[in-house]
Amino acid sequence: MAERILMKGNEAIAEAAIRAGCRHYFGYPITPQTEIAAYMAKKMPKIGGVFLQAESEIASINMVYGAAAAGMRVMTSSSSPGISLKAEGLSYIAGSDVPALVVNVQRGGPGLGGIQPSQSDYFQATKGGGHGDYRMIVLAPASVQEMASLTIKGFDLADKYLMTSMILADGTIGQMMEPITFEDAEIKTYDKPWALTGTECKRPHNVVNSLYLKPDELEKKNFERYEKYEQIEKNEAMWEDYMMDDAEICVVAFGIASRVAKNAVMTARSEGIKVGLIRPITLWPFPKAAFEAVSDRVRAYVSVELNMGQMIEDVRLATKCSAPVTLCNRTGGMIPSPDEILDSIRNAQKGVL
Amino acid sequence: MAVVFEKPKSLTDAPFHYCPGCPHGIIHRLVAEVIDELGIEGKAIGVAPVGCAVMAYDYFTCDMIEAPHGRAPAVATGIKRCRPDNVVFTYQGDGDLASIGMAETVHSAARNENITVIFVNNAIYGMTGGQMAPTSLPGQVTQTSPYGRDVKHCGWPIRVSEMLATLEGPEYVARVAVNNVKNVKNAKKAIKRAFENQIEGKGFSLVEVVSACPTNWGMTPKAALEWVESDMLPYYPIGVYKDRSAGEGK
Amino acid sequence: MKTTQILFAGFGGQGILFSGKFLAYKGLIEELQVSWLPSYGPEMRGGTANCNVILSDTPVGSPIITTPDVLVAMNLPSLQKYVGTVAPGGQIYVDSSLINAKVERDDVQVFYIPATQMAKDEGIVSLANMIIVGHLLENHSELSFDGVNEVVEKLVPPKKAVLKELNIKALTLGKCYGK
Repeated sequence: MAERILMKGNEAIAEAAIRAGCRHYFGYPITPQTEIAAYMAKKMPKIGGVFLQAESEIASINMVYGAAAAGMRVMTSSSSPGISLKAEGLSYIAGSDVPALVVNVQRGGPGLGGIQPSQSDYFQATKGGGHGDYRMIVLAPASVQEMASLTIKGFDLADKYLMTSMILADGTIGQMMEPITFEDAEIKTYDKPWALTGTECKRPHNVVNSLYLKPDELEKKNFERYEKYEQIEKNEAMWEDYMMDDAEICVVAFGIASRVAKNAVMTARSEGIKVGLIRPITLWPFPKAAFEAVSDRVRAYVSVELNMGQMIEDVRLATKCSAPVTLCNRTGGMIPSPDEILDSIRNAQKGVL
Repeated sequence: MAVVFEKPKSLTDAPFHYCPGCPHGIIHRLVAEVIDELGIEGKAIGVAPVGCAVMAYDYFTCDMIEAPHGRAPAVATGIKRCRPDNVVFTYQGDGDLASIGMAETVHSAARNENITVIFVNNAIYGMTGGQMAPTSLPGQVTQTSPYGRDVKHCGWPIRVSEMLATLEGPEYVARVAVNNVKNVKNAKKAIKRAFENQIEGKGFSLVEVVSACPTNWGMTPKAALEWVESDMLPYYPIGVYKDRSAGEGK
Repeated sequence: MKTTQILFAGFGGQGILFSGKFLAYKGLIEELQVSWLPSYGPEMRGGTANCNVILSDTPVGSPIITTPDVLVAMNLPSLQKYVGTVAPGGQIYVDSSLINAKVERDDVQVFYIPATQMAKDEGIVSLANMIIVGHLLENHSELSFDGVNEVVEKLVPPKKAVLKELNIKALTLGKCYGK
């Protein structure tokens, strides 16, 4: 068995990226994700890779765009305000159909907000952020181990579908250390005949572009892209069921919120409440199937979030309002205690009795 | 019959969309001739800007990418850092390079990023229909400075070449013009030098091409070229502002 | 199921995060489930710092400690802030050379160690934290002093070999304090 090592979540992302074959990292410092850049700065020069601190988040995402277009596995990382700056580039990357990995270790907002953990970029990540019709694959790790495994997965999905995979983490998972093992994951490589490599005067020129001045062409392009998104919704949704076998109350939480929620679910179980947890691992595609599977039995949902209630909208859509959905939330960098979640579970239980 | 004039190999057959009398066609051609002469068509990767030259990707036969507004040097950096053996160039206008993309311009120059930048300065936003640019001259009438550029209100035009030449980073910074035959010939020399520098690994080379915009200046093509001579060049003098290898600078 | 939740709190620069790391690595070596969560931000230099360490024989749920089994307080504000959160039956370790106050709870076990003074006397000023860790390992039923050498070996970089001995010295001082 591979050795267990203690690592910070942010470092796990960086190490996993390197193991996934990423040799190009472009970033800009911002708390609480800077360990990723620091790790890359230390490692990349030793393995023939490139670490470059850009002049801004805007420049760094555009370096990513260039490197992705050149056919390389490439990534950037930032935290909430920095992701807003990257939104322009994310839209171009989507419109040009090139693969990239972008990490958002979220902190409280809006504005400069704070630096403590948050999940308030859920809308930005899953519904857009940049302009235009587009999606990103959004992966939500809940442990240091998943910071690594979802990074590797994210690169693979990005290459497979030619789009951005975003790791939507938070300050807690980024900063905490847990034991982690790096199994020798199989790293798939993909042919990139569209990449900018120089024509060698042997083929017509490749053009990476998101401009379509003729509206019918742009519409066609968008339709095609959404057919791809449909495939992703069908094939790539991931989630974890926790004590859901007989659950009548269902807590829904991702990332760090799901960790706290598990404690609350365990305590509620000891009080005899039939409660479980659905933990979406992909936030887009949202794991609708997880909810379809339990809709006959679950009589109330509790969405636990570190924001003012963003994922709850997707929970309502996924459950088709078959049962009430309540919100248990803290925001601004605060994290609900297990007791606060327990109270919400008890209230949900009272509501259905 | 002897061929006395032909289209450079590095230009596609797509007809330029530029307005009558627009020097973009000349500048594209100069870049393409240089690519041909250096035999780098198969290695070149071009970065198109946002602005009039946005569709440059249709005109060059080499691999091309279209960058967000102002970000061409960052996109070029990403490509060049991945593919150091390719020859990467950007082609940008004054709004793109000197306004929204100034940070990317300055920092790629400061890093001495081994890329070639072709900077077309025509003192106006062309594609959006003639608004004031960071290089519009004092008193210049544009759509957004209808009473003439009032420097007290909106500041002074930026001399990009002079400014970049103050940096330690860049290898080569030169300003040329394309308003007459002699200047066009010299412009080509500078552009060639900027590509050669990259091939030789010397670093960031920028050629500022003082150009014209008859349509948005509201002039005939001929009058526009005359205005380049009478009004533009006194504010934006032609010359080599930095040439590290030659130990030169103004 | 045995889970021990330990909260270290004090000023930045007192080695609060390192103390936590020490226990986390000890847990790792002992093949326990482990989480280590630091406070982060501007408080890293001189302000208050704390870190949450959970050692368990089952997977760790929330890494955030709300009711610590053990509180290590290395300054007065930290003691005041967290004294009420300690689980009944829990332990509080107080650096009594920096904190004059006494803990006014009778449902917890309190250890007063003049760690900072002891460290000064021994010429290992920066290792007061490890004196307390030594005392904690010796006095908590779920923890053990055994194996500290291996942890020191793992945590102190080879370049700073002299620090290894000093860390062991500090840990041992803590272990033996009061005996």
